[in-house]
Amino acid sequence: MSAARAELAELAGREYAYGFSTDLDTDFAPRGLSEEVIRLISAKKGEPDWLLDWRLGAYRHWRTLAEPTWQNVTYPPIDYDDIIYYAAPKKKAALSSMDEVDPELRAMFDKLGISLAEQERLSGVAVDAVVDSVSVATTFQARLAEAGVIFCSFSAAVRDHPELVRAYLGSVVPYRDNFFAALNSAVFTDGSFCYVPKGVRCPMELSTYFRINAAGTGQFERTLIVAERGASVSYLEGCTAPMRDEHQLHAAVVELVAMEDATIKYSTVQNWYPGDAEGRGGVYNFVTKRGRAAGARSKISWTQVETGSAITWKYPGVVLQGDGSVGEFYSVAVSAGHQQADTGTKMIHIGKDTRSTIVSKAISTGHGQNTYRGLVKMLRSATGARNHTRCDSLLIGGDCGAHTFPYIEVKHPSAQVEHEATTSKVSDDQLFYARQRGIGEEEATSMIVNGFCREVFRELPMEFAVEAQRLLSVSLEGAVG
Amino acid sequence: MLVVDDLHASIGGTEVLHGLTLEVPDGEVHAVMGPNGSGKSTLAYVLAGRDPYQVTAGRVLYDGADLLAMTPEERAAAGVFLGFQHPVEIPGVPTMYFLRTALNAQRRSRGEEELGPVEFLALVDAKRRLVDMDRTLLDRAVNDGFSGGERKRNEILQMLMLEPRLAVLDETDSGLDIDALRVIAAGVSSLRAPNRSAVLITHHQRLLEHLIPDRVHVLAGGRIVRSGGADLAAELEAHGYAGLDDPGVEAFPVSTATAR
Repeated sequence: MSAARAELAELAGREYAYGFSTDLDTDFAPRGLSEEVIRLISAKKGEPDWLLDWRLGAYRHWRTLAEPTWQNVTYPPIDYDDIIYYAAPKKKAALSSMDEVDPELRAMFDKLGISLAEQERLSGVAVDAVVDSVSVATTFQARLAEAGVIFCSFSAAVRDHPELVRAYLGSVVPYRDNFFAALNSAVFTDGSFCYVPKGVRCPMELSTYFRINAAGTGQFERTLIVAERGASVSYLEGCTAPMRDEHQLHAAVVELVAMEDATIKYSTVQNWYPGDAEGRGGVYNFVTKRGRAAGARSKISWTQVETGSAITWKYPGVVLQGDGSVGEFYSVAVSAGHQQADTGTKMIHIGKDTRSTIVSKAISTGHGQNTYRGLVKMLRSATGARNHTRCDSLLIGGDCGAHTFPYIEVKHPSAQVEHEATTSKVSDDQLFYARQRGIGEEEATSMIVNGFCREVFRELPMEFAVEAQRLLSVSLEGAVG
Repeated sequence: MLVVDDLHASIGGTEVLHGLTLEVPDGEVHAVMGPNGSGKSTLAYVLAGRDPYQVTAGRVLYDGADLLAMTPEERAAAGVFLGFQHPVEIPGVPTMYFLRTALNAQRRSRGEEELGPVEFLALVDAKRRLVDMDRTLLDRAVNDGFSGGERKRNEILQMLMLEPRLAVLDETDSGLDIDALRVIAAGVSSLRAPNRSAVLITHHQRLLEHLIPDRVHVLAGGRIVRSGGADLAAELEAHGYAGLDDPGVEAFPVSTATAR
């Protein structure tokens, strides 16, 4: 046993595999936040006046807000004047092909295992890569354009499709929504934009990789996806960050709009730097994600695998506006080491016969604290609405915690809400059974945990499911023993 | 193959095995019989390396090596298989995947090539027919929602896949109908070879009607109190275990015991 324990201790001490930082020549805004900084960001991006006005409106509103404290997480106060709100790799100019991307940057993507060139050639996944705050390359634009799909960086969308951006920006998450949404609206620097026209099935998976690289910067990206009537799109995002001693703030906003009979599937594999074994450093992931199932029979599905970040605070939700619309939320959240996760979803049923499904799998190990917080709200208009919620928590070891806060508000008598919750441990019986068959302790734990998450993993696109399982195994290394 | 010498083992501070001695030579099938609470399952768990069971004295040699110094997975790779009395459920892990992971983990640790998917499928299909197990069960999670009989068949299937050198079956026969018993007996018999051995731990003689052991041992009060040939099982069935757990009695005729 002692040899195995020693090995486990060694594994537990293994470093975060994505913790390199790349020496890119970076263009910074001065530290801190003011109207001047916002004007600077807007000017650097050559934005129209309406967008600058919207940013300033958000900023002035943000000034009136206090940071929320109701979440079940603890962290020292954030000094918003000590953050750099704009950091762009220089040499950005407009890129027309992959070859124009900074070679340093391409080397970084190679390290991340997402060679853009290879993606383009082999996988049929269109990638938009956002480093720090600026989108650096979008692959596959030509093929997408043929299908009529617009997939580009947010800045490019503001430049080339201002009418679309203006129509939908803030239509799902208004800047008055919450503290971090207001902050993002004021200072967001880039992100991804996707528009799928009427009746078009997007011919490939769309993907964005987010990377925080520069020190002391916040990442405030914005994603907007619109699927017109009968359109469908599947979108994946992946995230990593270098290891830094100080905390980094990531406050993104994602808005999805699905018209009649449209489907949007949004998958996230989030692996921001979680901090070291003592809880130093790591990303604060304070994100607002919401979809509006605006049209009848539209469907919005969120799948998330959250293995990274020091603190995760996000509730991807769906506003079920169209009659017969469907909202889904499938989540795996891991809290290892000193990670804290307060995550869940909001399903707001407005239309008739709307349906929502929530499957949440929370895994806690080490000193991790994992909270599921979910709201299911059925308005007076939601005749025949149905929800099924399943929240499972898995504990590994004795120093971690799992918490569940389901909020249910039902205003229509015909609505049905079901909530199931379980808490279990990786049992000694299961571990011993697997080990007796020759499977080592680490592999056995990983297998049992992957089994626990299977319902969620099978919602992920194939290549992401494999990555998610691998990430899960990495974040659980040293979890046993 | 297996030498258990003056084994003392306890759980939660209570000694359950009080100096158990047992020898199973290569190629033999031995039955260990005894009443409830005599230490049968403790013996099985100690041989497989289950954590809370503490060995306080004695030793166990497996092919001359110190079995107690090995981790459970090392024992498995070395060829020790435990058929569980209560097979464990692992939700979300398909049985097929579990089997392949186990087999390949053992092969890796023995320095052998892993079995590819095609060879593996052919192998598992042949073996599951031997135990008359439905193909669809293999796609379901390990023992999840399996009936008692299905679980036991699954244990035997795993044994046939892993081809252990020493199979220890803990009450594998309990609660089974006659068809399932025959399947298990056939499974164990099919593994019989000069370099393999088996220890059948059982409360009843029923299994031994289908699977004639080379030796029968009576475990009572944490020790082997009597050993004999296959006919000892029938004798026990006729007269019961009464009086056998008296630690003062080393070995005595069963008829005497029942007469007391």
